Amino acid sequence: MHSGKTSPFSSFSPADRRLSALYRHLEGSSSIAAMDSIAAAPTSASSAAGASVFDHVVRGPEDPILGVTVAYNKDQSPVKLNLGVGAYRTEEGKPLVLNVVRRAEQMLVNDNSRVKEYLPIVGLADFNKLSAKLILGADSPAIQENRVTTVQCLSGTGSLRVGAEFLARHYHEHTIYIPQPTWGNHPKVFGFAGLSVKSYRYYDPATRGLDFQGLLEDLGSAPSGAIVLLHACAHNPTGVDPTPQQWEQIRQLMRSKALLPFFDSAYQGFASGNLDADAQSVRIFVNDGGECLVAQSYAKNLGLYGERVGALSIVCRTADVAGRVESQLKLVIRPMYSNPPLHGASIVATILKDRNMFQEWTIELKAMADRIITMRQKLFDALCSRGTPGDWSHIIKQIGMFTFTGLNSEQVAFMTKEYHIYMTSDGRISMAGLSSKTVPHLADAIHAAVKRAA
Amino acid sequence: MAVVASFGVHGCGGAGASHRGGAQTETVTDGGLSMRWYRMMWCRWWLHGGGICLMMSEAWSEIQSVRWWVSIFNLVKANSMLGTSNHSTFLAKDSIRAKSFTRASMNVAVKVSRFNDITMAPPDPILGVSEAFRADTHEMKLNLGVGAYRTEDLQPYVLSVVKKAETLMLDRGENKEYLPIEGLDAFNKATAELLFGADNAVIQQQRVATVQGLSGTGSLRLAAVLIERYFPGSKVLISSPTWGNHKNIFNDARVPWSEYRYYDPKTVGLDFDGMIADIKAAPEGSFVLLHGCAHNPTGIDPTSEQWETIADVIQEKNHIPFFDVAYQGFASGSLDEDASSVRLFAARGMELLIAQSYSKNLGLYAERIGAINIVCSSSDAAQRVKSQLKRIARPMYSNPPIHGARIVANVVGNPDLFNEWKEEMELMAGRIKSVRKKLYDSLSAKDNSGKDWSFILKQIGMFSFTGLNKAQSDNMTNKWHVYMTKDGRISLAGLSSAKCEYLADAIIDSYHNIS
Repeated sequence: MHSGKTSPFSSFSPADRRLSALYRHLEGSSSIAAMDSIAAAPTSASSAAGASVFDHVVRGPEDPILGVTVAYNKDQSPVKLNLGVGAYRTEEGKPLVLNVVRRAEQMLVNDNSRVKEYLPIVGLADFNKLSAKLILGADSPAIQENRVTTVQCLSGTGSLRVGAEFLARHYHEHTIYIPQPTWGNHPKVFGFAGLSVKSYRYYDPATRGLDFQGLLEDLGSAPSGAIVLLHACAHNPTGVDPTPQQWEQIRQLMRSKALLPFFDSAYQGFASGNLDADAQSVRIFVNDGGECLVAQSYAKNLGLYGERVGALSIVCRTADVAGRVESQLKLVIRPMYSNPPLHGASIVATILKDRNMFQEWTIELKAMADRIITMRQKLFDALCSRGTPGDWSHIIKQIGMFTFTGLNSEQVAFMTKEYHIYMTSDGRISMAGLSSKTVPHLADAIHAAVKRAA
Repeated sequence: MAVVASFGVHGCGGAGASHRGGAQTETVTDGGLSMRWYRMMWCRWWLHGGGICLMMSEAWSEIQSVRWWVSIFNLVKANSMLGTSNHSTFLAKDSIRAKSFTRASMNVAVKVSRFNDITMAPPDPILGVSEAFRADTHEMKLNLGVGAYRTEDLQPYVLSVVKKAETLMLDRGENKEYLPIEGLDAFNKATAELLFGADNAVIQQQRVATVQGLSGTGSLRLAAVLIERYFPGSKVLISSPTWGNHKNIFNDARVPWSEYRYYDPKTVGLDFDGMIADIKAAPEGSFVLLHGCAHNPTGIDPTSEQWETIADVIQEKNHIPFFDVAYQGFASGSLDEDASSVRLFAARGMELLIAQSYSKNLGLYAERIGAINIVCSSSDAAQRVKSQLKRIARPMYSNPPIHGARIVANVVGNPDLFNEWKEEMELMAGRIKSVRKKLYDSLSAKDNSGKDWSFILKQIGMFSFTGLNKAQSDNMTNKWHVYMTKDGRISLAGLSSAKCEYLADAIIDSYHNIS
């Protein structure tokens, strides 16, 4: 009888394993479809007589954000407008590949000395160093003291997931507080990584601004050491950011309670048009000497959406800790995808390390940010000129790619049905998907939706 | 709080001077750790067998909280794993500033990292080999560690069709928009057709759920999560030995696994009876992980008759076959031949899982391109399964990277490029076969012991299981600067004809002189 190895889980009884799997499903999953799907776990598989071992697998719903594009693509109307996913569009409504990106790609593809060997588990070294500098500042003491570990990950999502898995394994507090509302994918990313998700007040529908008191109260009553997700700038979906003074208060409160900051930085440079300004929230935390996590994405600011480029940085107290943390991050990554993809990271590294290309990038970035600010103004003006009931000034006060219109899901459904406007049901619109030509159509749709409800 | 503070004093005093760091002054920089610190100090003192002081009610109710016990557990776990370094770091003077010992005010300068208890993880056993190789300065060094193809000049190789595809893509000026969660549609179609053949019933009947994944690893991981979710309690049977990362993938996905016999050291071949017996003995409805071709690490594949028997047993026990296909085209040089095991199972109408990788056969290692394919008994089931695979990918990385997918789609979709690819693949597989022959010839010529080295010729694919044990493998590295994995696996892809004799010397020395 052979004594082969078995996994740590093999010794539990099948019943135990099913129970614990069921428990995890209920904990981690928010969709009803998922709960339905575990109702009939098979005891024996059979693919005989047309029966499938997958008979109990129900169809999952479309992702609420990415599903908007799916629905948009199906629509045949000539006036359809996709304001769902946050992908930048030009004034002509076309996707944009930055000139500096094309140049970098040209250089890379034409360089015959380049190879496609596996990257190290932590990714492209140059890319990692440059990314840390970008978000923390080139003169950051944390970098100079070697206290930062940076690993290349699959854009923002991948960086958040790897960070969350790491915390679930190695950090003593397994609760993460996320703002209410937040990006739809956040709860799933953290939940499936094994963290329990709670929320703190953030958006105030009455003012369409920040519920600062609520935020302070909720973070103030969080258990010491809890993890707190912070949007570094251009909060998604509301576009509402704390002021610098408010950020300082948040920092003091969090440090006094040893709350662990986990920044999601998906719009550096895209919010205000200035890379350093958009990194201030992160930097005030790092500069006080404390620890934090930062997930960076290059999807929007470098337009590298589909290349999946991002980085997770963990700022630690000491270089020694940073080294050990990095070694454990590798254990998270290896069984997930082994090592990250080369192409996008190479493009980023090429641009960041070349002074001219970097300059060129900042100019193109500012142009994108400015166009969005212009769209905000135009939409606001259009609604004012139509006399649409309500205060629409939040459109120009909010920052970044998205506007939280304040429209409810019924109004959104109406706009989709009657005006072929595609957006997420929470009332979020991507300003990046608007152009001067399409603003009137959107304004008409909002006007009709609001008057209809009245 | 004051209660705990004074309690802490007592504890610290009893345990000796080195624990003296009683209170700490905490600035607004990072407060709040003091409570945890006090708890930890109390526990550490308690663990050292010191006397237990009276606990006042506040401390007592804290102790009754689950959270407190969890942190104790973590502390004990951390302590039991720690070497000396962490212990001393924790108590190191520069991390604790002892000042006045007042009640735990928020005025404590805690410089201790909250990640302080984390231990240094060991390097990856496979990828770590290349790191060690790079650090070696010896002129005769040879990297036979990771399975990445090298030319005769031992240079990495970017296929010419890949360069052509990339140039085409650049010229077309394609955008970089997000792919759908399931990946590039053109890639998904191409990859399924490559695997099954375009005219295969499973494709014609739309019974395959194909989702682009992050090369082989990522595709295996998606499947593993699906198994954990929809087949809770079901085991995956993996070969003994298998690729080192398989276990990690299933462990992280919380899928139980056990091994089936595979490699027979006596014959340096397949322990077929053992394999069949173990598959039969497994609980009904288990998943059986099979290497489609070019078994990693042994290079030993079942014959087609043996595949039939394996399929028989799997059907008998209602098991679900789960193929890892990382070398299609790379093993024999023929894409169709290398897919025959998968097609044999599909032809029986079985439902199966197949993870694919384009790392080796298209040399796209760093682009992370692969796919998970799930063959279902109906197209409806395939659609449902695909939707659930998407739900797994979305919170992991949202959608997969475009670059590698486009390269594959362009190569496979363009008849000229496709034919050129097949030629390049034959060249790569051919070079490997020829170094196998050269190594065998060198070993046979130099070794007088009469040992049968023919297993080198019989094994197939990138790897050879030399039969060397850990000590012998260490000797290969330490004495001969030959880098390989500790299980005795060498990558023929990293061997040149020019180095065969040197390698033969190293193997003979390690085999005969080290035990």
